[in-house]
Amino acid sequence: MPLLFKKNPVDIFFSVITALAALSVVVFIAGILYILIRESSLSIERFGVFNFIFSTDWDPVRESFGAATNLFGTAVTTFLSLLFAIPVAVGIAIFVTEIAPNFLKGPIGVAIELLAAIPSIIYGMWGLFTLAPIMSEYIEPALQASLGKVPVLGILFEGTPMGIDLLTASVILSIMIIPFTASISRDAFNLTPAVVKESAYALGATRWEVVKNVVIPYSRLGIFGGVVLSLGRALGETMAVAFVLGNNHQITSSLLDAAATITVTLANEFTEADTDLYLSSLFYLALILFVLSFITLAIAKIFLLRAERRS
Amino acid sequence: MKTVLRLFLILTIALSFTAVQAAETINGAGATFPYPVYSAWAYQYQKTTGVRLNYQSIGSGGGVRQITNRTVDFGASDAPVPPEKLTRKDLLQFPAVIGGVVLVVNIPGVKSGQLKLDSESVCRIFLGEITEWNDSRIKSLNPSLKLPGRKITVVHRSDGSGTTAIFTTYLSKACADWKEKVGAGKAVKWPVGIGGKGNEGVANYVRRVKYSIGYVEFAYAKQNKLTYTLLKNPSGNFVKPSFETFQAAAASADFDPQKHFYLWLINAPGKNAWPISGATFILLAREKKKSNIKTVRFFDWAFKNGDETAKRLVYVPLPDDLKNKVRAYWKQNGIY
Repeated sequence: MPLLFKKNPVDIFFSVITALAALSVVVFIAGILYILIRESSLSIERFGVFNFIFSTDWDPVRESFGAATNLFGTAVTTFLSLLFAIPVAVGIAIFVTEIAPNFLKGPIGVAIELLAAIPSIIYGMWGLFTLAPIMSEYIEPALQASLGKVPVLGILFEGTPMGIDLLTASVILSIMIIPFTASISRDAFNLTPAVVKESAYALGATRWEVVKNVVIPYSRLGIFGGVVLSLGRALGETMAVAFVLGNNHQITSSLLDAAATITVTLANEFTEADTDLYLSSLFYLALILFVLSFITLAIAKIFLLRAERRS
Repeated sequence: MKTVLRLFLILTIALSFTAVQAAETINGAGATFPYPVYSAWAYQYQKTTGVRLNYQSIGSGGGVRQITNRTVDFGASDAPVPPEKLTRKDLLQFPAVIGGVVLVVNIPGVKSGQLKLDSESVCRIFLGEITEWNDSRIKSLNPSLKLPGRKITVVHRSDGSGTTAIFTTYLSKACADWKEKVGAGKAVKWPVGIGGKGNEGVANYVRRVKYSIGYVEFAYAKQNKLTYTLLKNPSGNFVKPSFETFQAAAASADFDPQKHFYLWLINAPGKNAWPISGATFILLAREKKKSNIKTVRFFDWAFKNGDETAKRLVYVPLPDDLKNKVRAYWKQNGIY
């Protein structure tokens, strides 16, 4: 710390304050992890790690708990939402950086950031009152009539379309994570040196060829980082999903069926969990989610750092 | 400068008054279901007596936990706490208002109060054994009603809730299969159906999904004009959910002060009693006499002056007999 050597009391004070602020973050994370482990210890002892993760049982009356159904819901909604969101988000980013005229760049950028600022409960209510009816009346019957007839793919679209299911939840989630992926991809695209792009244009490349052969390869890692950050967000999203997922602890082959995610289970059941083992199992779920998020964010960070170092 | 000083003075005086008032506060926490009526009572109580009631609707589970840890003046729970547990944690318990659970359906052509169900058929529907509306077990109860041969969609609560506890207790008493396979609790492993978050979630699903059936809090069904069903009570009458049938249930039930009023208000014997109802309860820490007297004074005031407010918010006030029983219970424990 070079500041400390100057021995100026104001400087020392300043550096101590900022160091404390930075340290507090680490302390908070360690504290949260400690509490999660302590509170879930009862459930960890009872069910173990392997059994808990792979058990599909979630029965508060008989106090038998397992995370598999929740992990299933979390995994499917996260995967589908990324599947829907990435192409759109990358498209937005390409348009904003390479194609849009200057006067459009500002407004679109602001619109994307506004989308990110909408509270998730509003997405949830919009999903329940507006999107779910549209899904159940138009989109899902149409899917059943088309893709539902395809032999193997059809399994994904079985059942009565109610609009309260994995598919609707994934659509809502994808709308919520588009801004994240789009703005990070945009920043990554902007890192492509103008010289390289101009050289490509000078060689006679079309816009599509420049994007495909220069910009995207150059910023691949940046896009990946953005995707993983969105993944983190999708993993943790609660309210919007709780409204449209149907909240059933089950593993289903159909996307038109209800399921539950880790966060939704926590939000739904925490207030009324009255036995110790029940509460402890909910903390256990939270611990699993914490570890999952931590891993995904760590991966994202590593890739982003690498991308930055390269440019 | 002068005006600033004066303003400062006025503000200081005003604030110190509120500070004095705030000193007289009752803190409660627990069930979300009675929150609207408690806060309406609290508002009027503060206007007449100056005592503030601060109620946090954090859920029954949290309410029981907080009063057990003695962090609040009273806890509130939608499900009665068993007497053994009350003794162990040194708590007192009494009912405050009555609520009920109503079955709501969405069958095109069927209006409120037309469909008749009994405990057996309700149980079989929620077990997933009766799958269509024109099942003979429903038809025999409704010979004159035209019922479609459509698949029934069951809607239940996804969040833990006192409403679910009351309803599943009813189902457990209705048929042995339910008791054995599922059981009763604030959250259970539902054999069939989709889960809505909160009363509003269930109501919304039922309204949207055709040929569905769900259960909601009476107040919610009434305010949202949902299509409710009639239910057969143990006396053999088909009753409709209303203030009268809930009060009939409460009046005919045997609330025992010796057991701290522990009672599920299910299948009450009254001739006009609605079979699925329940009281919501207040929990007190036995040794905290001084704060208990404050709390009891509030509920005594509410028993005397709060019935109209409660009814306006579609809660069923306790019948007079039961109120007097509660007062006797307070007296017996030296807090009234």
